[in-house]
Amino acid sequence: MGSIKLKNVTKSFGDTEVIPPLNLDIEEGEFVVFVGPSGCGKSTLLRLIAGLENTTSGEVIIDGEDVTEVTPSKRGLAMVFQTYALYPHMTVRKNIAFPLRMSGMDPAEIDKRVAAASTSLNLNDYLDRKPGQLSGGQRQRVAIGRAIVRDPLAFLFDEPLSNLDAALRVGMRLEISEMHKQMGTTMIYVTHDQVEAMTMADKIVVLQSGRIEQVGSPLELYNSPCNTFVAGFIGSPKMNLLSGKAAEKYNAHTIGVRPEHLSISDVKGDWEGVVGVSEHLGSDTFVHVHFDGSSEPLTVRADGDLELEYGAKVYLTPDLKKLHRFDENGRAFKL
Amino acid sequence: MAIVAEQSRFSRIFWPTLAWITAIVVFFPIFWLVFTSFKTDADAVKPEFLFKFTPTLENYSNMVDNYDYWRFAGNSIITSVFATIFALVVGVPCAYAMAFDPTRATKDVLMWMLSTKMLPAAAVLYPMTFLTKNFLGIYDTKFLVIVVLMLVNLPIVIWMLFSYFKEIPKEIIEAGKMDGVDTWGEIKEILIPLAWGGIASTALLTFIFCWNEAYWTVRLTTTDAATLSSLIEGNRAPEGLFFGRLSAVSTAAIGPIVVLGWFCQKQLVRGLTFGAVK
Repeated sequence: MGSIKLKNVTKSFGDTEVIPPLNLDIEEGEFVVFVGPSGCGKSTLLRLIAGLENTTSGEVIIDGEDVTEVTPSKRGLAMVFQTYALYPHMTVRKNIAFPLRMSGMDPAEIDKRVAAASTSLNLNDYLDRKPGQLSGGQRQRVAIGRAIVRDPLAFLFDEPLSNLDAALRVGMRLEISEMHKQMGTTMIYVTHDQVEAMTMADKIVVLQSGRIEQVGSPLELYNSPCNTFVAGFIGSPKMNLLSGKAAEKYNAHTIGVRPEHLSISDVKGDWEGVVGVSEHLGSDTFVHVHFDGSSEPLTVRADGDLELEYGAKVYLTPDLKKLHRFDENGRAFKL
Repeated sequence: MAIVAEQSRFSRIFWPTLAWITAIVVFFPIFWLVFTSFKTDADAVKPEFLFKFTPTLENYSNMVDNYDYWRFAGNSIITSVFATIFALVVGVPCAYAMAFDPTRATKDVLMWMLSTKMLPAAAVLYPMTFLTKNFLGIYDTKFLVIVVLMLVNLPIVIWMLFSYFKEIPKEIIEAGKMDGVDTWGEIKEILIPLAWGGIASTALLTFIFCWNEAYWTVRLTTTDAATLSSLIEGNRAPEGLFFGRLSAVSTAAIGPIVVLGWFCQKQLVRGLTFGAVK
């Protein structure tokens, strides 16, 4: 169980409408990521599902039941906050046990579940410590532990990794994905990091100014973004977008080429440019090429061994099969 | 370098001296009060016995034997304790609601509550006396004193608690909501344990304010519910006599609260400077 449906949901703060009418279906067991730039309303949307914010209009339906007027505590969802939001006056054990104790569960059963959760999250050595004595990563594990013991209908994650350092973030990302595969519970995950979205999601919801720009699997969004916003937002390094003469040649207002779909040559090609900064990652080299047809330098993903001199003349050729075309409103179209 | 050294020597002597002078000026009346309470009424007004006198406990025994000190003290304790408890019982949920679920009117409500402190107490003396004496028939009861003390202090209680609660991250309360806690559970399981220090400071200050309150306790009581403030008031002879007796009564009235304040200094300082750090 754990399907979630939003029907014409809107949210306004005073006179400011942050979520215009919005519809969304989340299937049972799906890992859905809300992604978008800061202020796009993704956290607000999550809080509407959680019940921490009231909808201005519309319905929130969980497992076929209208829960729009139901308090958060009765919705059967668990949430992991960006700031962890652990209870600082309780030990790790008590933090994890708290939701079970509140539901009036038998103490023996609580102990069993806390033990199981702490073992799976490697928290056994810290059970008697207070949150203040833990590192950021450990705190996040406790927060996850507190969520999983309850066996909720769905998990809500509000940018849970953004307070962690880069290395830890990658590790926790994998752990959360692993957890989802094993438990199969619906998860909704909010992030502004498109890499997290791409790597974790079954379904990505791209948001901008409270509106859903596109919904789809990571590869759908990568291969066929429906507009320039999604095209620029999904993928790293981001897609090169060119307008004007360069685009007209391909019968479009704007064209988009991903860095991996540009070939680079010092002999011949469609676009002549000058090499700027090259970023060597070992596996790949990102070459930034200044080109007259584009205000920003174009990024090319080239072979890791490629050595190009700063200021050298090069030629770029887009892969026509992978070229994205957009009209004057920024919407994608096919020829 | 020489100037710096000189300045620091100056400030090393100047500031402590100033601090000591201030402390002595502030403390002197209290010292004088205690000092005088061990003199007889006759000695108290004679300059030749300013420092040289035979100390006596006569005033204190007189106070206990003839002026029913313990009844007044008992009334003070009962009314202050219950007024403090009730003020917290009302104040905690009120401050909780305003801190974690504010509306557009919250700021105005807070200001309005504070504005009630601007009302001169004397302005409502007549309606209060009339209503309680002739209408409700609760004049000179502990119940009335408790209600009045609670209401008088409620704005301060709510303001203080509100400032403490504001320091608690909203997410912790929200996590509680997600964990299946109802409103009462949020207050009991999360808010009170987290804001315990602040609640204790508030309680302590409220207790002190209640204990020291004199305007209403003197005017709304005669005998049954009279507190220590009334006892002092009753021993204030207009002719300026009986200084020894008055000093003994005053010392016995402030004694308990001074001792309490001494033991809870840390909490009190936090309570009095709340919001100062932010």
